Amino acid sequence: MALTGLQIYKLLPKTNCKECGVPTCLAFAMKLATKSAELSACPYVTEEAKNELEAASAPPVRLVSIGADGRKIEVGNETVLYRHDKTFYHQPGLVVRVKDTQSADEIKAVADAVCGYCVERVGLSLNVDGVAIENASGDTSAFAKAIEVVGSNANVALVLMSSVPATLDTVMPMVADRRPLLYAADAGNWQAMAEVARKYKSPLAVKVDCGDLSALATLTEDITKAGVTDLMLDPGTRSMVDSLQAMTKIRRLALRKNFRPLGFPMISFPGEGASSPLEEVAAASQHIAKYGGVIVLDHFDPTLIYPLLTLRQNIYTDPQKPIQVKPDVYPIHEPDANSPLLITTNFSLTYFTVAGEVEASGVPAWLLIADSEGLSVLTAWAAGKFDAEKIKKAVQTSGILDKIAHKRLIIPGYVAGMSGEIEEELPGWEIRVGPREAVDLSSYLKSLRS
Amino acid sequence: MPVTVETPTEKWAGKVREITLGATAAEGGTRTSTVTVGGEGTMPFLHFEGETPHRPVVAIEIYDIAPQDWSPILMDYWGDVVNDVVAWAKKAVELGADAIALTLRGAHPEVNDRSPEDSARVVKDVLAAVGVPLIVYGPGAPDKDNEVLVAVAEATAGERLALGLCEQNNYRTIAAACMGSGHIAVARAPIDVNIQKQLNILISDMGLPLDRILMDPTTGALGYGLEYTYSVMERLRLAALQGDAMTQQPMICTAGHEAWRAKESKVGEGVPEAWGDWKERGIAWETVTATSLIEAGADILVMRHPEAVAIVKKTIDQLVAK
Ligand code: B12
Ligand code: SF4
Repeated sequence: MALTGLQIYKLLPKTNCKECGVPTCLAFAMKLATKSAELSACPYVTEEAKNELEAASAPPVRLVSIGADGRKIEVGNETVLYRHDKTFYHQPGLVVRVKDTQSADEIKAVADAVCGYCVERVGLSLNVDGVAIENASGDTSAFAKAIEVVGSNANVALVLMSSVPATLDTVMPMVADRRPLLYAADAGNWQAMAEVARKYKSPLAVKVDCGDLSALATLTEDITKAGVTDLMLDPGTRSMVDSLQAMTKIRRLALRKNFRPLGFPMISFPGEGASSPLEEVAAASQHIAKYGGVIVLDHFDPTLIYPLLTLRQNIYTDPQKPIQVKPDVYPIHEPDANSPLLITTNFSLTYFTVAGEVEASGVPAWLLIADSEGLSVLTAWAAGKFDAEKIKKAVQTSGILDKIAHKRLIIPGYVAGMSGEIEEELPGWEIRVGPREAVDLSSYLKSLRS
Repeated sequence: MPVTVETPTEKWAGKVREITLGATAAEGGTRTSTVTVGGEGTMPFLHFEGETPHRPVVAIEIYDIAPQDWSPILMDYWGDVVNDVVAWAKKAVELGADAIALTLRGAHPEVNDRSPEDSARVVKDVLAAVGVPLIVYGPGAPDKDNEVLVAVAEATAGERLALGLCEQNNYRTIAAACMGSGHIAVARAPIDVNIQKQLNILISDMGLPLDRILMDPTTGALGYGLEYTYSVMERLRLAALQGDAMTQQPMICTAGHEAWRAKESKVGEGVPEAWGDWKERGIAWETVTATSLIEAGADILVMRHPEAVAIVKKTIDQLVAK
């Protein structure tokens, strides 16, 4: 929460010496409040005041990053409780847990799968972010071996899970340069844990039992005083309802009350309260929507990961700006002057759905994208942003006329009702109504050829 | 130094209205169980802040004819009953449906063009076969919707069915039919707070009491507009809690219909390997669509796959547990 000019003024020397280049301390304070001056311009401000001002200007949820090169998880810095109030900025990291009691082959299989997983959706690649390695055996050398197996995949962020600071201290030299998240400091071990985190400059998770937020805040205060400030919170809740409530409270306290001790991103374990992989998915989807920072999954299965990645993409899309593509002519499979011409809107979801199906059909075609301000076919049609006039404009100004030697345009089946109007706007053109759903485009295009 | 954290509670001026679906014999109907939804005085499931007196419920969707375009994964489960609406309804109840959502698809002029009288008979048959409340949807062609739902409303007066859809350009006939026969109207607006509110006002201005209007904010499936629905639902719920009387209707979402339209659940071949196993994916798609909408404030989920229904019901169990 930013301070007002008056609040800042109270912290300044109030001598009006003008050395900052402004006539009075109050005027300088006003400039600071609007961020049009730098605090360093005043040579007389006290250390104490400086700290207070810096703390007040810090974001209410600290931005914490895990990992170095390759895949990095950056979470925090959120400003709203509801995405419609602005947007959510830093999507949660999805990581998959392995335990050092599993065989090296099993661990390697999970790590390879996580590292290699990539799925395209509306033109963006969606990935899983990392692997959590748990020292379930209690044995340091088994832990080190598991880390070595996972660590050979240079591309994933790491979470090291052990409650024994000495164990983490022993293994950290293997991967310290990758800035893993250490999990976790608790009431019993926090001093030594903070020591390890400070030594290796790693982010540190802090955990308590069953949603005891006072205990959590007490711990983070102690740990930040000990010099570790990149923290993540585990309120220790495991059932869906307890997590929802604890995580909501933490986010609210950080944003609404600017409550520093809980102003950190969160780590959660949806699998621990679930009795099947699908239940884990249901819980994980809650953590994606409701304030998760790092979400540790206990299963890796594309079937279960893909819906979660899709949900994360949905929830973290800026509500003010649909994901769009550039209105243009898109050739698919090297079309020629006689290849069919299809038209659709510039909403990314629409474009990629249609382009994907045309590609899959193997039929060379021209795909013309009209400017519909990022709306889907029916939405744009209902809003008057994909009408006969707009379609005419797209045909005439896109350059497609230089590329084709025919006058046949295929329109989406859902807007069949417009074909008459388009024919009026584009005299001499034959308007063909394509299928409603893009899935049926392949057989439709093939039937045109035969 | 121990820090004490105070619970950040919001004080709300309003709450969601309570609506009961179905009427027992004592209440003038024939249902053996009824369902009450709504009444929430908090954003979803924040029990430290306000009450959630009724759990969200799951209605299983059935058709009056064998669906032509359902995913084979759904047909694997329902294939043995899709030609017999009564058997289908019974099976749905056995599989945990709190209510049945019957779509009278067969009345569509481009399908079987079944008459309003015959359609009403189908509804009566289903009512006779199961004891849970019924939600009845018209075939999805505005004029025919009106004819069919009027006939249904009259033939089932007193049962307190939910009838839909009332939309911006077509709500009068259905709302009037609900009024005369004691039913509930389902008011659907296209993901828009203001249109939703306006529609609720128009319907209640006709004289239908507010405890007989459900709102359907229009569902976008996971990956196909879910985020829009999610945010509009949060906004509607916030408005309801802030005391805006015309947004306090419980919300009904057609999660199954939308999720099973997605390519991810419909298509098994020629899709990226990264999509994983088809059957599990379809179920997960419907599950995640539904659970996300529950988090946003859904009161009734209309769903299709029994395995997704089971997970969603378990999720609801967890969320209402104090
Ligand atoms: C998400 C959504 C929105 C979002 C916008 C999302 C966006 N960026 O477009 C928001 C909430 C903003 C919105 C707003 C509105 N919406 Co809207 N919205 C939807 C919703 C839920 C999903 C749309 C979607 O993304 N579909 C997925 C994309 C991929 O579909 P698509 O573009 O149609 O493409 C498919 C096919 O058309 C085909 N296809 C596409 N291109 C081509 C090309 C060819 C050649 C062929 C053959 C096929 C083909 O392939 C695709 C996959 O099969 C639908 C209802 C629903 N569940 O479908 C309503 C819906 C489209 N909206 C509707 C309406 C009325 C509106 C509004 C006018 C309402 C209002 N609030 O005033 C506004 C208009 C916007 C404005 N005023 O700015 C109506 C349209 C009614 C109608 N039949 O005309 C719908 C159908 C809801 C309803 N039942 O009432 N909407
Ligand atoms: S330099 Fe500092 S003390 Fe001097 S006027 Fe500016 S703010 Fe005040």
